[in-house]
Amino acid sequence: MAEGVFAVAEQRDGKFRKISFETVSEGRRLADALGEDLTAVILGQGIEGIAPELGKYGADRILVADDPALADYSSEGYTKVLADLIGEKEPKIVLIGATAIGKDLSARLAARLGVGLAMDCTELKIENGKLVATRPIYAGKIYIEVELEGTPQIASNRSNVMEITEVQKDGVIEKVSVDAGQIRTVVVDKRIDTSGRVELTEADVVVSGGRGMGGPDFSVLEELADLLGGAVGASRAAVDAGYRPQSDQVGQTGKVVSPNLYIACGISGAIQHLAGMSSSKYIVAINKDPEAPIFSKADYGIVGDLFEVVPAITAEIKKLKA
Amino acid sequence: MNIVVLLKQVPDTETQIQIASDGLSIKTEDIKWVVNPYDEFAVEEALQIKEKLGGTVTILTMGPKRAVESIRTALAMGADRGVLIDDPATEGSDALGTAKVLAAALKGMEYDLIIAGQRAVDDDGYQVPASVAELLDIPHVPFVIKEEITDGKIRCDCTIEGGVLTMETSLPALFTTQKGINEPRYASLPGIMKAKKKPLDTKTISELGIDPSEVGTAGAKAKVVSMKLPPERKPGKIIEADSAAAAAAELVKLLRNEAKVI
Ligand SMILES: Cc1cc2nc3c(=O)[nH]c(=O)nc-3n(C[C@H](O)[C@H](O)[C@H](O)COP(=O)(O)OP(=O)(O)OC[C@H]3O[C@@H](n4cnc5c(N)ncnc54)[C@H](O)[C@@H]3O)c2cc1C
Ligand SMILES: Nc1ncnc2c1ncn2[C@@H]1O[C@H](COP(=O)(O)O)[C@@H](O)[C@H]1O
Repeated sequence: MAEGVFAVAEQRDGKFRKISFETVSEGRRLADALGEDLTAVILGQGIEGIAPELGKYGADRILVADDPALADYSSEGYTKVLADLIGEKEPKIVLIGATAIGKDLSARLAARLGVGLAMDCTELKIENGKLVATRPIYAGKIYIEVELEGTPQIASNRSNVMEITEVQKDGVIEKVSVDAGQIRTVVVDKRIDTSGRVELTEADVVVSGGRGMGGPDFSVLEELADLLGGAVGASRAAVDAGYRPQSDQVGQTGKVVSPNLYIACGISGAIQHLAGMSSSKYIVAINKDPEAPIFSKADYGIVGDLFEVVPAITAEIKKLKA
Repeated sequence: MNIVVLLKQVPDTETQIQIASDGLSIKTEDIKWVVNPYDEFAVEEALQIKEKLGGTVTILTMGPKRAVESIRTALAMGADRGVLIDDPATEGSDALGTAKVLAAALKGMEYDLIIAGQRAVDDDGYQVPASVAELLDIPHVPFVIKEEITDGKIRCDCTIEGGVLTMETSLPALFTTQKGINEPRYASLPGIMKAKKKPLDTKTISELGIDPSEVGTAGAKAKVVSMKLPPERKPGKIIEADSAAAAAAELVKLLRNEAKVI
């Protein structure tokens, strides 16, 4: 009989992504609702040392798949190892953080096991012993509840949505044997941002600029974002004009972000932009056009020139921090 | 190089989505249907590869009759032929059901490369392409912004949070597109005229050897049990002040004391 919850944690270069703690914390809540155990799972190479950290977020047990074949991510290798572990341990529910890699892995895994998957969920609960997942569709214009058939039930949780909660559990570490099978996809090069800036989808604060920036100089936004420990985002108009790289784009054809605070500067608030940020907890709009649609979605709005307003906000916060 | 593009027809991104009376689906009247934006990137990339290496570009869609229009759009851009799987039994399919149908159709086709969108902007599923690759037992790379094919291999730049992984894999393979990979071309007038004469086959699932119970609402492993609108955001506060500095001071106070986010 299938029992318990698997929470798959993602690490890069021996450091957990923030979403891993969200996944494990949420896994703890689901396991408690079932009255069963939570098993955290990590895959990679040279990662045994970081495993105990997951006990802090409520893992009863931590399975460590440590193998040179898992040093870099590959759909095939990770799917095989995870499918083997699921076959052996028979969890009822498998939870995976919905990062780029997590989305890819969960999709291939669900197809391999022939089970249902709920992708990029914003809420998870147990009803009658089964997982019920809530997920936005149509870019957040509609939310659906999904029931999953097959064992295990697989869901991925959206970045920055599930609360991180510390509850120390035993976190017993178990090294598992790994057979990654035939891997046809190899990573031949990596270019990873080492600036130390927080990544857009993980940031608690996002300061975004649009066409209203008038050019690639985003320094007023960067200064505010740095002060708040946040990230800088952009509208498609700003990206297409070459002000910012594609990886900064928020919206329907960019990233979906759910920070605590989203500050939209010189962004009109087109429906495709809202698609990427409407699940933010608080939205601030700064725009010189009082009729800009963004104001109808914002919790707080300031009508004015962003080049005056943003530096004034930065100065005010500095005063507060001094 | 024989390339198949998986193309889905979706509501235009401007569409106001409304819930139908069954509470489990959306109202489809008055919707303007378009090619999924990510699939436009897929068609464009396929055409660019064909222009470089030769071969054919086939558009594969599972959907109702109206989806023919989106296939024609891709043909007008320059694709060679289209295949539509149109069968009432597929209605309400989940990602796995859809992938089963597409994979069955692909098994009867010749392909070296399959290109799909990273997600369809209706169900935001991020799920069909990896599932198709799994069912065909071929490798796949997601979120690709650049690719290069040499000697039976494909090298793809795959975007992840805060970086890019360059992955290499053998053909046949599947990859999904990410914005930034290209600028999709518009269909030209001669292109639109030519598209009318290009082959477009329609098939049912029984022709693919699929049992109706495996797909559609009946076969879905992920079942939609309710649908609701997102929580309403309460009307915001416009901060009125005499100067930028005064407005900023008021905002910071609100963010700190009311919202408690800084
Ligand atoms: C299929 C599809 C997908 C799309 N995907 C995305 C997406 O992922 N993300 C996205 O953002 N868009 C997307 N778009 C584009 C979207 O429709 C809008 O065109 C875009 O969001 C507009 O960007 P903007 O608000 O920066 O520019 P604009 O709409 O031009 O707005 C600029 C704003 O800046 C204000 N402004 C100007 N100067 C100042 C100043 N000094 N101080 C204060 N305010 C100032 C103006 O009043 C104006 O409101 C998509 C469109 C389509 C069709
Ligand atoms: N019904 C379909 N017909 C053809 N391709 C599809 C279909 N559904 C999904 N796809 C492909 O899979 C991609 C991702 O879809 P999804 O997994 O639904 O987000 C799309 O961009 C298409 O390339």
